[in-house]
Amino acid sequence: MSEAGMAGALGLNGLIALFVSAILFSIGVIGVLLRRNAIIVFMCVELMLNAANLSLVAFSRMHGIEGQIFVFFVMAVAAAEAAVGLAIIIAIFRHYEVVDLDRFRLLKW
Amino acid sequence: MIQDFLFQAFAASAILGAVIMVTRRNPVSAVIFLVGVFFATSGMFLMLDAHFIAAINVILYGGAIMVLFLFVLMLLNLGHADWRDLRGPVGGLIGGSISIAFLGVLTRLFVGGTDSRPVVEIAGSALREAAAEQGVVGVVARPLFTEYTIVLEVTGVLLLVSIVGTILLARRERT
Amino acid sequence: MSLAALAGQEGAGAGFHPVLPWLILALPLLGAAVNGLGAFLWRDDKRIPTIVGPAALLGSFAVVLVNFIGMSGAELHGAEVVRLWSWIVSGDLSIGVDLQFDQLSMLMCMIVTGVGSLIHIYSVGYMRDDPGYSRYFSYLNLFVFFMLVLVLGASFPLMFVGWEGVGLCSYLLIGFWYENREYANAGKKAFIMNRIGDAGFLVAMFLVFMAFGTLDFVPVLAAAEGTLAYGGALVTGITLLLFLGCTGKSAQIPLHTWLPDAMAGPTPVSALIHAATMVTAGVYLIARTSVLFALSPVSQGVVAAVGAGTALFAASIAIRQYDIKKVLAYSTISQLGYMFLAVGVGAFTAGVFHLMTHAFFKALLFLGAGAVIHAVHHAWAHGDDHGDGHGDVHHGDPNDMRNHGGLRKFMPRTFVFMWVATLAIAGVPPLAGFFSKDEIIWYSGAYGYPILWGVALATALLTAVYMARLMVMTFHGGNRTFGHRGAAEAGRRLHEVPAVMWAPLAVLAVLSVVGGWANIPEALPLLPTVEWLHHWLEPVFAPAIAVKEAHGFSPEYRSPVGGGEALWAGISAAIAIAAVVGTVRALSPKPVPTEAEAVAPTGFARVLHDKWYVDELYDRAIVRPSLALWRACWRIVDAGIIDGAVNGAGRAARLLGWAGGQLQTGRVTTYLVAFMLGALLVLGVLS
Repeated sequence: MSEAGMAGALGLNGLIALFVSAILFSIGVIGVLLRRNAIIVFMCVELMLNAANLSLVAFSRMHGIEGQIFVFFVMAVAAAEAAVGLAIIIAIFRHYEVVDLDRFRLLKW
Repeated sequence: MIQDFLFQAFAASAILGAVIMVTRRNPVSAVIFLVGVFFATSGMFLMLDAHFIAAINVILYGGAIMVLFLFVLMLLNLGHADWRDLRGPVGGLIGGSISIAFLGVLTRLFVGGTDSRPVVEIAGSALREAAAEQGVVGVVARPLFTEYTIVLEVTGVLLLVSIVGTILLARRERT
Repeated sequence: MSLAALAGQEGAGAGFHPVLPWLILALPLLGAAVNGLGAFLWRDDKRIPTIVGPAALLGSFAVVLVNFIGMSGAELHGAEVVRLWSWIVSGDLSIGVDLQFDQLSMLMCMIVTGVGSLIHIYSVGYMRDDPGYSRYFSYLNLFVFFMLVLVLGASFPLMFVGWEGVGLCSYLLIGFWYENREYANAGKKAFIMNRIGDAGFLVAMFLVFMAFGTLDFVPVLAAAEGTLAYGGALVTGITLLLFLGCTGKSAQIPLHTWLPDAMAGPTPVSALIHAATMVTAGVYLIARTSVLFALSPVSQGVVAAVGAGTALFAASIAIRQYDIKKVLAYSTISQLGYMFLAVGVGAFTAGVFHLMTHAFFKALLFLGAGAVIHAVHHAWAHGDDHGDGHGDVHHGDPNDMRNHGGLRKFMPRTFVFMWVATLAIAGVPPLAGFFSKDEIIWYSGAYGYPILWGVALATALLTAVYMARLMVMTFHGGNRTFGHRGAAEAGRRLHEVPAVMWAPLAVLAVLSVVGGWANIPEALPLLPTVEWLHHWLEPVFAPAIAVKEAHGFSPEYRSPVGGGEALWAGISAAIAIAAVVGTVRALSPKPVPTEAEAVAPTGFARVLHDKWYVDELYDRAIVRPSLALWRACWRIVDAGIIDGAVNGAGRAARLLGWAGGQLQTGRVTTYLVAFMLGALLVLGVLS
């Protein structure tokens, strides 16, 4: 589909939303890979999730309401993930007194 | 017209906020800017006729989750800048290139690779009409409680499990 | 007898129908199963094997006899093939478990079950004290079963099953006393030598299928003349490969060395398997596929030459052996050479005739030798039991003729029977060997092979000499069993064998006398049974003879140096008698040293005594280089390359694991990078 077709189908705002979604996602990637602080990495993951939500909402204008429903579930899962993730961070901090990811080599058997 | 301007302004501030958030050394200001990003994206949701999503995005993300982050930061007393937080040039190079690759791939995917079947723009009018008929919550709620009931219930179970897990993880170990 | 009469009536009506054909095979197989079970369940109870073993054979013999009589009274057009069930059906290949009933196979069945029955009865006495009594009868019955499969099989593969089966039983029985390592090795040697020949048989079978598209004898032999070019490469290849199989099974040069070693088995086994039946399977195979051989003059020449060569070669060795069974073993090889000479020159009937008479007198000789060994062995063993002498001083090899001598006093019956067999094999008229052997000698000359004729005559002379020598050393002169001065002790301890052992000898002795009368030559019409066997087998060999005659091979009825059949029969009889008498005269006065006193022979005698050093030659030229090669293979290929590859694979896996383990840093960042690269890859594929 041509860009004009895409714009016609989604509207200019829809297209912009997709671009913004891509950019936000990439920034999230940079953040995840660039930061050592576990909490900030976690926040960047939330940012990536949000970027994905944005694209889902944009596409829901094209394909119908299911996109928004999907976003609803993503948010529910994100909430659960945030709670568990933060609990893990707290547990680790209690033990090691740091949240620097490079200080842990725990994820192996 | 004003709406389009507003939309683009939200888009611009979202990107800006995200960039600032990633580059902050102080975690607390990062949280604040992330909240800003969430607000901006909520505005975009609103313009894209996803009113309910916009609302829960602000409430859930901007409110609950980010407050949780802030709470943890305060709890662990991490609310200060740390020079070791940012990686060196090698890490930057790897992260940057992966990120740029993602940007390229996603853009290509969104622009060139989208669905090729003829698409009807149901967006503005159809969604708006449905919203007018069933209310902005109803548009989302109706399929949620009819078509996707089981998924919804499973999500509820997931949340319950996560609550139990969280308590188990965060509990102070008794020695 | 009523059954036989019934069969005769049936046969006379409309052709020949085999009566209970499956029973011929089933009885020995059943016997083998019962005795085999007995070897585990009632090891020490000898009553059941004593009854079941010989009874299975006698029952089978009875059925064969009924069929034989039925066949002789019937108009038989071609072979009667009975299909028991389908065996291998695959594409174009269709092989059934088919039994072929014709004059040749019936004659062979008569020999196998008839002589087999006698040897089974004899075994009851011979093996009486053996702990493996039931096992012995199991093997022996199984052998007869496979031999009958070999004989009755109506296709190459089924015959091959029998062929391999008798090989297996031969192996089991040669190594019957497997506690003795040498005996076990002799079994292995027989098995391995036979494998070489069997490879030839197998390849020949493939070629036959390639050429004919079937493996059944009847269609193959019927189509042979039209399908294969006379003297062509294909038919020559097939027949030479088949003959390679024959040299293995029938112990011809160059695969003959296993048969003398096979004497490690119990003597009745030597009589049944390594003299009367199994070793003649090669002759039977050539007789069975006579048309193919007739189509290839080259193969015919090779068969005849190898047969004649083996006959002379083995006879020369037999002259200088001291082990009574070794003499008989080489004699068997020599007589088998005669048979091959016969079927090689084209006198198929003569070959089968000699096969039959040889089965009688050689079985008799072996059983007689067994009786001698039995007597000597018991004389020694029971001397110990009484504890009244220094019996153990005289212990030696009961097979060694230097430990015999003068046994005619102690074993008069065996002495007579053995002399009958000796005269029969030497070719003294009117005993069996005279007619059959003379026919072979005559035909090899008549078909225009003067050299082979000369060799055959020379072998006849040698045969008479070595057999007379055997008799003199064993039965004449003074007894040496307990030393030169042990006559008194010998008189106490050496006894004639029991009736269960000498009765079969008597039957075989009668057969050795009258067996030859089945085919009285036309030139000597002494009895009304002129050319009876020839006429009996004519339907089987007529196609082959026709092929030969069509290409200018027909007997000339005169010897290479002139003279008719009657004259040369007289000459060869004279040679035999002169040789026997001369040998007895020459050797009788000479004192024979005992085994303990013996000095090693020198000069040419030593070459003969050491069997022309063929075993040593094979050992140097084949066994040791092969061993060296395989040892090298073991060291280099197995230990080096294969084990190296296996260990290398293990090491490579460990290395890979280590490398993979290095990826597992335990750090979140590494995993994140990997994860994102993976996501990128997926997205890249999607976009």
